Amino acid sequence: MYQFNFQPIFEHLDLLAHGAWLTVRLSIMAMVLGLIVSVLGAVAKTSGIRALRWLVDIYVEVIRNTPFLIQIFFIFFGLPAIGIAMSPNTAALVALVVNVGAYGTEIIRAGIESIPQGQIEAGRALALSPAQILRHVVLKPALRNIYPALTSQFIYLMLTSSVVSVISANDLASAGADLNAKTFASFEVYLVLTIMYFLLAAGFSAMFAAIRRAFLSYPASR
Amino acid sequence: MIRVFSSADVFFIVAAVRWTLILSAIAFLGGALGGLGVALARTSQRKGLRRVAAGFIQVFQGTPLLMQLFLVYFGLAVVGLPINPLLAAAVALTLHASAYLGEIWRGSIEAVPSGQTEAATALSLSYADRMRHVILPQAMRIATAPTVGFLVQLIKGTSLASIIGFTELTRAGQIVNNATFKPFLVFGTVAILYFLLCWPLSLLARRLETRMRRAITR
Repeated sequence: MYQFNFQPIFEHLDLLAHGAWLTVRLSIMAMVLGLIVSVLGAVAKTSGIRALRWLVDIYVEVIRNTPFLIQIFFIFFGLPAIGIAMSPNTAALVALVVNVGAYGTEIIRAGIESIPQGQIEAGRALALSPAQILRHVVLKPALRNIYPALTSQFIYLMLTSSVVSVISANDLASAGADLNAKTFASFEVYLVLTIMYFLLAAGFSAMFAAIRRAFLSYPASR
Repeated sequence: MIRVFSSADVFFIVAAVRWTLILSAIAFLGGALGGLGVALARTSQRKGLRRVAAGFIQVFQGTPLLMQLFLVYFGLAVVGLPINPLLAAAVALTLHASAYLGEIWRGSIEAVPSGQTEAATALSLSYADRMRHVILPQAMRIATAPTVGFLVQLIKGTSLASIIGFTELTRAGQIVNNATFKPFLVFGTVAILYFLLCWPLSLLARRLETRMRRAITR
């Protein structure tokens, strides 16, 4: 009969709390940088330059059709062979940004293409300035259209970030692995970890909903 | 002792594709059965059933697949089974696929116009007949593209089974890398093999989606 033992985990909750904070920090950094990569990718893709479009297409397809685990191995173990070496934490961030950037590129592109040309013309007819048109007619409605896809991709990124523990980067899953080595209460450790990730996902979800209410709700004039 | 990266190593890696495919097939078939149950529970008349299915989906979509694998792997000992990486990976990926496919198929069932259900009810068809002959055949056509898309996610997901010690494609790559220490070549090769498995499916999913959209807008 299996004896459950949660005692040592509660003694080391500070370790897990710190790990959770590291995961939050890593995820938010990857979200911000990933969004920048996504916008650049989408702009390159919708630009008229064929070579640029090709490059972005290859990047997006390669990343979306290979596992994140292989991407992080390639970046952390493979790249030093051609002289690009980085610490586990840097490699983790780079891998996450490269990964989410590929998915984000497609999402942002769809957002850009979701604004009909007639809307912009209507904005001009109403004598809105180019800056006003960009803000109220293009950016906000486009962001509204892609917000659900983008934020669920970000939450998925946070969950995926647990994989960076395999190269011993600092995050919640790594803290869990350390605790597991300390206590040998494997099932209990991973049960608590799973619950913590669930709470983090719920937290991010609530945060994105709050941002939506604050900045993306109608009326459009705000 | 470091060896040279030879054709034997390439062969060893390519042979491991077999296990990636077997694990994907097990998880997909198991996930299809589980997912159908989840989708039917999600769209049923019974509130309790709907709640349980929604909770199941939320748990598996709101936690990392890596944690799900570890939990099942160490959970085997809890229920008194011997530790077995293949069994753990198969069970975890099946549950994972059940939740995702259940959610995809719920959407597809709800995308079938409600008039279809009403008409079938008016013809006094039973729930089973209504589902089997009216709703599911139509839902299946809507579901094909996203289901193929999820299959790509699932194949990529099997790579995490390497972390609990199951020797599939990724772990074969790690084994060869440890012996030859040519990470750039080895993981490059592994990445190409995954790409060859996933990319055709991605293209198929995209083509099915465009066809479906055209059929709807016609």
